[in-house]
Amino acid sequence: MSGHPPSTYEPKTGIERWLDARLPIVRLAVDLMDFPTPKNLNYWWTFGGILAVCLVTQIVTGVILAMHYVPNADMAFNSVEHIMRDVNYGWLVRYIHANGASMFFLAVYIHMARGMYYGSYKAPREVLWLLGCIIYLLMMATAFMGYVLPWGQMSFAGAVVITSLFSAFDQVIPGLGTAITTWLWGGFAVGGATLNRFFSLHYLLPFMIAGVVVLHIWALHVPGNNNPTGVEVKSKQDTLPFHPYYTVKDGFAIVAFFVLFAWFVFFAPEALGHVDNQTPANPLVTPAHIVPEWYFLPFYAILRSIPQKLFGVLAMFGSIGMLFALPWLDTSKVKSMRYRPSARIFFLLFVATTVLLGWCGGKEPDDMVMTMGHTATGDPTGFSVVWFSRILAVYYFAYFLLVLPILGLRETPTQVPANISTPVLGGAAMPAGSAAQAEKKG
Amino acid sequence: MGRNTLIAALSAALALAGLSLPASARTTQAELKPVPGGFTFEQPVFGRFDQGSLQRGYKVYAEVCSSCHAMDLMYYRNLCQQNGPFFDPKHPNSNEAPICKAIASSIKVPDVDQDTGDATQRPATAADKFRNPFPNKIAAAASNGGAAPPDLSVMARAREGGPQYIYSLLTGYVSPPAGLTVPAGKYYTPYFPGDLGSAWTGAKDKVPQGGFISMPFQLSPDRVTFDDGTKSTTDQEAKDVATFLAWTAEPKQTERKEAGLAVMIYLLLLAGVLYVSYRTIWRNVSH
Repeated sequence: MSGHPPSTYEPKTGIERWLDARLPIVRLAVDLMDFPTPKNLNYWWTFGGILAVCLVTQIVTGVILAMHYVPNADMAFNSVEHIMRDVNYGWLVRYIHANGASMFFLAVYIHMARGMYYGSYKAPREVLWLLGCIIYLLMMATAFMGYVLPWGQMSFAGAVVITSLFSAFDQVIPGLGTAITTWLWGGFAVGGATLNRFFSLHYLLPFMIAGVVVLHIWALHVPGNNNPTGVEVKSKQDTLPFHPYYTVKDGFAIVAFFVLFAWFVFFAPEALGHVDNQTPANPLVTPAHIVPEWYFLPFYAILRSIPQKLFGVLAMFGSIGMLFALPWLDTSKVKSMRYRPSARIFFLLFVATTVLLGWCGGKEPDDMVMTMGHTATGDPTGFSVVWFSRILAVYYFAYFLLVLPILGLRETPTQVPANISTPVLGGAAMPAGSAAQAEKKG
Repeated sequence: MGRNTLIAALSAALALAGLSLPASARTTQAELKPVPGGFTFEQPVFGRFDQGSLQRGYKVYAEVCSSCHAMDLMYYRNLCQQNGPFFDPKHPNSNEAPICKAIASSIKVPDVDQDTGDATQRPATAADKFRNPFPNKIAAAASNGGAAPPDLSVMARAREGGPQYIYSLLTGYVSPPAGLTVPAGKYYTPYFPGDLGSAWTGAKDKVPQGGFISMPFQLSPDRVTFDDGTKSTTDQEAKDVATFLAWTAEPKQTERKEAGLAVMIYLLLLAGVLYVSYRTIWRNVSH
């Protein structure tokens, strides 16, 4: 059983019937609220709702910031400080927006990891997953351009480093990369024209994200939710109406998430930022240590782990490209890793690898993971960050290209339950009542 | 044109350096000094500025720092706004607060004569920006050995360690170790980030931490006389001016923390209500 059941909406008044015959928007809302949702969704499933709230928060605060921000190379930095000092509650709006980006990525990474663990990308949800990957790409572009807008030193350096990635295409067709970067910059260097177009695009992309989110939800409502067992919904006993069961559960999770969010906004608003971005951009002075925001660090580490620029760039884009190919790389028919003990270990290693890549991305390539000696000038020698990132990057790609394709063919999954309401525990079917009791703790 | 070409070349070099080359310069600085009594305002939830310290810190800025360092983001009225150094609840409108009007009127700022267009000077008002000691960046650099003194408005947010860095820098001048050649017009301090390798004649693996700074030691004892009778030591002056700069870097800090407390209490209560609702609605569902 999947998809929307027959609509239960009955227009009661004349005006409702009139509208329903012309634009059944009330029917749509009622049907969405009635949507049959698996009854065994755990808290990892609340991050979809959390992300929707994150997007709305970013758009609302962003629109307000845009009323006061000036996208001009000479005025941008001070206009941001003007928001912090003279606009009523401007500090609040800006801190919500700046930390909101980090919260958005935190939530999206949890959301993606949940999808990867429970096999939510597998048939019949490939398009749902692909749309999610597109949202993630748009988010990265939006966040990158947003970070440039305060026009601090790290904004500027980040804009230079990222846009210059495209100059690697000079190694494919001489002149191509330079032409692309000049086109992106709107000149021969990152400058006022770059800032102004980044502002325009930073305002545009969130609305494109919102559009793809609508498609993402549509694609969710065709097959319905996956669930922790990975077993498709079989009967009405497996589901609950979305409202009030999941509105209240998501609502609780959203408010709990807000507690963390508010901690950063009110008590540690600069903790996730970088001090160099508090100095206005100066093209003649390069920060000693250029680092992106934390949510880009794993990809930055992959980029730097390859000395040849073009291959570094390709590896970085490839690491995100893997996500798009994921539904066809995983050969296992079993969705949830609950029933794939070996896959579970490889997945946890993958998560650890990504976190460690992020750690590497925040360090200098020549920093030591393990110091074994010193050179004549006192520089440490040993196992360096760049080598550590190389090893981690190899596993990152191997997880997609070797582990998932091969494991699915070779592993022996444990017994998958016949349906959501009577899951199998300890390999043997249990009477329905006791199974329901035991499942409560999961 | 020449400047644009230079910027383009530097941007390209920067892009390459960021991508393929390990950073060649080894910038170092000493671990920051512990501040006697600490900066209690840095405590994330309950930390508040000490108004006396802010007032003394402003005096240090006004009498010492402001002769070279601008604070372009600060207005005289800011000194009298809520949680500012001279806030007085009797005068909630900071533009009308007598203290700020008095502070401003004692300072002359450049203006343009509205009849003739000539450059003129007039007493500042509370709505004016802090006076910039130099007419422009070039003049600032020319009077200071080629390096314009940095604007201090957000300095406490723009350096690792913030106010503790400022305190360490201002109090941390020491005589250079033997073997270190200090260039003319520069001063050695272990707390200013730099790479002293090329100025060091000693053992290659013993290059001292720190760098050369163009600003000489400023805060000698009694350089500033505090109105509240606080003893004017180097430590006290540095601690107070670092506190003042922490406030100017984020004048709304106290409002932020106060609002944060209320928001947290509200969110935790709401979370509790929602959790109880969740348990109630789900009580008959086996899942």
